[in-house]
Amino acid sequence: MELIVARPEGLYCPPGDFYIDPWRQVERAVITHGHGDHARTGHAHYLAAAPSEGILRKRLGANIDLLSLEYGQKINHHGVTLSLHPAGHVLGSAQVRLEYKGEVWVASGDYKVEDDGTCAPFESVPCHTFITESTFGLPIYQWQPQNEIFADINQWWQSNADNNRASVLFCYAFGKAQRLLSGLNPDIGPIIVHGAVEPLNRVYREAGVNLPHTQYVSDIQDMAQIRKSIVLAPPSTQGTSWMKRFGDYSDAFASGWMQLRGARRRRGVDRGFVMSDHADWPGLQTAIMATGAERVFVTHGQVHTMVRWLNEQGLDAQGFNTEYGEEAAEAEANLPSQTEPSIEAKSTDMNSLKAFD
Amino acid sequence: MKAFANLYARLDATRSSNAKLAAMQDYLLATAPEDAAWAVYFLSGGRPRQLVPSKLLRELTLTVSNLPQWLFEESYQAVGDLAETMMLLLPKSPHTPDESLTVWVEKQLLPLRGLPAEVLMAQLLPLLNQLDQQSQLVGIKLITGSFRVGVSRLLVTRALGLVSGIDAKQIAQRLVGYTDISARPTAADYLKLIAPINEELGERNDGQPYPFFLAHPLQAATDAFDGLIGSSDNWLVEWKWDGIRSQLVKRNGQLWVWSRGEELITDRFPELNVLADYLPDGTVIDGEIVVWQHQYMEAATSLSETDSQAIAVGVQPFALLQQRIGRKTLTAKILHDIPVVILAYDLLEWHGQDSREQRQSVRRAQLEKVVAQCNQPQLQLSTLLTGVNWQDLNLQRAASRSLGVEGMMLKRKDAQYGVGRTKDVGVWWKWKIDPYSVDAVLIYAQTGHGRRAGLYTDYTFAVWDAADNEAERKLVPFAKAYSGLTDVEMREVDAVIRKTTVEKFGPVRSVTPTLVFELGFEGIALSSRHKSGIAVRFPRMLRWRKDKPISEADTLETLKDLLPQTSRGAKNGDAKVGGSQ
Ligand SMILES: [Zn+2]
Ligand SMILES: [Zn+2]
Repeated sequence: MELIVARPEGLYCPPGDFYIDPWRQVERAVITHGHGDHARTGHAHYLAAAPSEGILRKRLGANIDLLSLEYGQKINHHGVTLSLHPAGHVLGSAQVRLEYKGEVWVASGDYKVEDDGTCAPFESVPCHTFITESTFGLPIYQWQPQNEIFADINQWWQSNADNNRASVLFCYAFGKAQRLLSGLNPDIGPIIVHGAVEPLNRVYREAGVNLPHTQYVSDIQDMAQIRKSIVLAPPSTQGTSWMKRFGDYSDAFASGWMQLRGARRRRGVDRGFVMSDHADWPGLQTAIMATGAERVFVTHGQVHTMVRWLNEQGLDAQGFNTEYGEEAAEAEANLPSQTEPSIEAKSTDMNSLKAFD
Repeated sequence: MKAFANLYARLDATRSSNAKLAAMQDYLLATAPEDAAWAVYFLSGGRPRQLVPSKLLRELTLTVSNLPQWLFEESYQAVGDLAETMMLLLPKSPHTPDESLTVWVEKQLLPLRGLPAEVLMAQLLPLLNQLDQQSQLVGIKLITGSFRVGVSRLLVTRALGLVSGIDAKQIAQRLVGYTDISARPTAADYLKLIAPINEELGERNDGQPYPFFLAHPLQAATDAFDGLIGSSDNWLVEWKWDGIRSQLVKRNGQLWVWSRGEELITDRFPELNVLADYLPDGTVIDGEIVVWQHQYMEAATSLSETDSQAIAVGVQPFALLQQRIGRKTLTAKILHDIPVVILAYDLLEWHGQDSREQRQSVRRAQLEKVVAQCNQPQLQLSTLLTGVNWQDLNLQRAASRSLGVEGMMLKRKDAQYGVGRTKDVGVWWKWKIDPYSVDAVLIYAQTGHGRRAGLYTDYTFAVWDAADNEAERKLVPFAKAYSGLTDVEMREVDAVIRKTTVEKFGPVRSVTPTLVFELGFEGIALSSRHKSGIAVRFPRMLRWRKDKPISEADTLETLKDLLPQTSRGAKNGDAKVGGSQ
């Protein structure tokens, strides 16, 4: 029995009659996490992990009909037992475990295996069938431990501050920004955040995540202070007049795509810090193998590559047949013009979905 | 090694010339002369012969990473660079040993050359494993001979100029031969590059060229010329040659040839060297290097100076010159098949006197005497064109394409020879013909490199081999182009290519033809090396014709109609010069 199938509206559970992260409006939607491509407006009923409630209400509307579950808490719907388990991707991100007549399926949404300290760490959930992402599904993607990346970032900030140059770090406003904040050394200088970032910081703080003190640039009158600061801003601000107030600054971009020199140069920033909220190649392998699943569906990113690789490893793997593009390069290609992904996006175009990292 | 790898990273991270200059300056000032010697060698394009075949490097990577071949290939395609792919897949050390660049190059890398495959397979990995990521990338690039980091030789000479306080053009002269394939630069060689000018040793500013005077485009209706720039009587008019703008400098018995980029190119044109014997010391001539057809070369002395038709026929398409520039070594055959001359159009120095402040017409008269006295076929005059008025000249200009020139140059008779694009002491106008253009269909796409790695940005374009009413017509590829699109358009095209892919061959995809582009190009010639029988020069995308279905793209016939008269008449269907009787 197929517990999850691909439908034009999104991934669908036939016995339970609900969808997971649907991109068209449906009656019942289970949401894995608050990124705009997974959590969309207009569904009649929502179900999500408790820690993502703050984000979802902020982004989808305070009045959405939302039922939230603690991680591991089970509910039954039309005979399907459903529970949510940490995916380690962003605050509140969850894998969806479905059990029906002894058959267990897990849909992972987006996930990362390294514990980053700003959200519940990834939990391996045994299953018969696993649905995985493959955003960075090529062996060239292997991440450094995050403490090394933080050391690099702080060092870059410090040396800019020593030269009285502001450090502008472009990153996605939800998830990446808070993770970066958690690793910054506030002794170096003031931490300035863009207006798109601060509301999400608030949600994280309310959820008990410890973040350093942040300020708006308008809070600081002294240009000398600004020149010692680090600025976290969404990529859409690159090249806009908002940047002018930082004078002659150095800039950087934090993303898994920065692994490749081509992508770094395309970005046109001084530095690229390779930091991703997605699993790298070894991470994907470990996660998939640890489930013990014999069947694997690959949803996005390097679908063909991952499917072929897993089949060669003796698993029964296939791609979920979608109308969308297929390769990570495409997503990267869409990055530069992409602003912070908008929850209003009505498009069913996977390109906009894949603009996430 | 570490310092050099850091320099590489700094150069790689920026597109600003000033930032690159600063990075090189910092490195050169801080490093030992022996390391600087190698760094300058690599940065200015020096490459030892390939030390390890890339096939072996691929095999090594496959073995070590334990990946199937196809997955390695997919990775390589995503990265777009072999050394970088290897660096990402091979194990590496967190630290790089402190050994210097010189030790690495001379003791570790150069000795790899010629070692048997088994030995290499055993030695390479422990060697590369010692390096951190950044150094490993540089190390592999040195091994594969693919070290390139977006600095020109000119920029390196500027950096050396800043470090030494010596004029960059002087450095360029000292750099001659520095990057020869067999060169092993030493500390002494480097110190010579940056040493103060030693007049006792006879080193003076011997070969220095003058800054080039540059022309401005003239875009106006011919009727408006009188109002804009006055009567045609006040102007010297020449063809705008399609070659390499150059200065010939003859001083102290020696000849130097400089390109407009102030690059020293004497070595590239050995046949011009004979002029050293016939031009007096203290002569500087501005002109254009072009490929010249044999039979005219032999008959050149009998040509009348004002016979513009005949002169122009001697000039061969720029594509040939390009072939020659592309070669690393100039064989006797190339020198025979693709000989060059310089078409002189200005005299900047005569008997050691700077003549740039004299009037254009005076310099021209003197130039004509110099060329006549020199009396060598390698030095020709760029002929003057005459017309009763601008309309008359415009009619003559219509022949530009068939003559293989880009239009006309207008030089005010009373103009001095200025510096760069100045207009204050006189002006030169370039009165160009419009570029060619056709509507062509995109049929293959390839991923780009560098900034475009992983994106389908390099395209092959085709035209139809027959008119619309033919039942079975095919698309024939004739040009590759990768420039002219905005970043946004590039991404849009990339997405279409992925959706319409028919087949993949390595990094290339064939697509179901759906996209039509207006392609512009500067020149067109017959070519037996291309399927279409046509080669175009500087093709680029002028515009994406979203409004056109592929059935409305142009045909091979349209393209052939653009060929210059001379080559259309050629019997052997090839624009090569070698075959002329
Ligand atoms: Zn996500
Ligand atoms: Zn996703």
